[in-house]
Amino acid sequence: MNEHRRKFIQGTGTAGALGVSLAAGLLPTRAFAAWNKGAFSATSLPAVEKLLGIAGAANSNQITINAPDIAEDARIVQIEVSSTLPNVQSIKLVVDKNPDPLAADFTLENGMEPYVTTRIKMKETSMVRAFVTSGGRTYTAAKQVKVTIGGCGG
Amino acid sequence: MGNIRIRAVMNGGYADIKCLMLHPEDTGLVKNKATGKLIPAHFITNVTATVNGKTVLSAQWGIAISKNPFLAFRVKGAKAGDKLVISWVDNLGESASGTATIAAS
Repeated sequence: MNEHRRKFIQGTGTAGALGVSLAAGLLPTRAFAAWNKGAFSATSLPAVEKLLGIAGAANSNQITINAPDIAEDARIVQIEVSSTLPNVQSIKLVVDKNPDPLAADFTLENGMEPYVTTRIKMKETSMVRAFVTSGGRTYTAAKQVKVTIGGCGG
Repeated sequence: MGNIRIRAVMNGGYADIKCLMLHPEDTGLVKNKATGKLIPAHFITNVTATVNGKTVLSAQWGIAISKNPFLAFRVKGAKAGDKLVISWVDNLGESASGTATIAAS
């Protein structure tokens, strides 16, 4: 088998896989939960807490937020949340001073470690909060991230 | 649009998964400087990840997620050769999926 034929076969395989993933992409609704428009549109921390039923969450030193003290670029602030709490079911990320404070809500199952990292935009200096639900109870931790130039105004 | 770059490698007892999705993540709060009009909101609302067909992660995202979203997570009990699928859908109904095979460490 010559080199060209080999490459052609590999190329065909790639196109096939792409076709399958595109086809899968046409049927997304079954796999995705409804988007919590109310909570994601809420404009204050108390409103988010109320809508998500996480008001009064106890502070926990078993939650670690790894984020910069000062954001170099407020459009790209990397936030890592991990926890040593058992049976973590969800991790929520809230930025108090953002226009829409709720940034992300992760549901974990089937062996997911209590660890997520993502990058967010921040409008101004704010507390960044993680809410971790473990065994049906929600715990929280917070870290301040300083912003010198906002990430929401372009 | 539609492209998801995935890196999935075993690290001890868990699969270390990192992915980058190509998406503008427009908040709907920023003005186009040339026209003075708001750039309409266009952002990913839901992300799911499955390993061998089992959902491990389902995320809902708001407008705060950065352009070209980055996501990293870890799956215990996964093993080299397992098939990972990551999919997203956005507020305009656009969607994409990416697949990867978890590599040995």
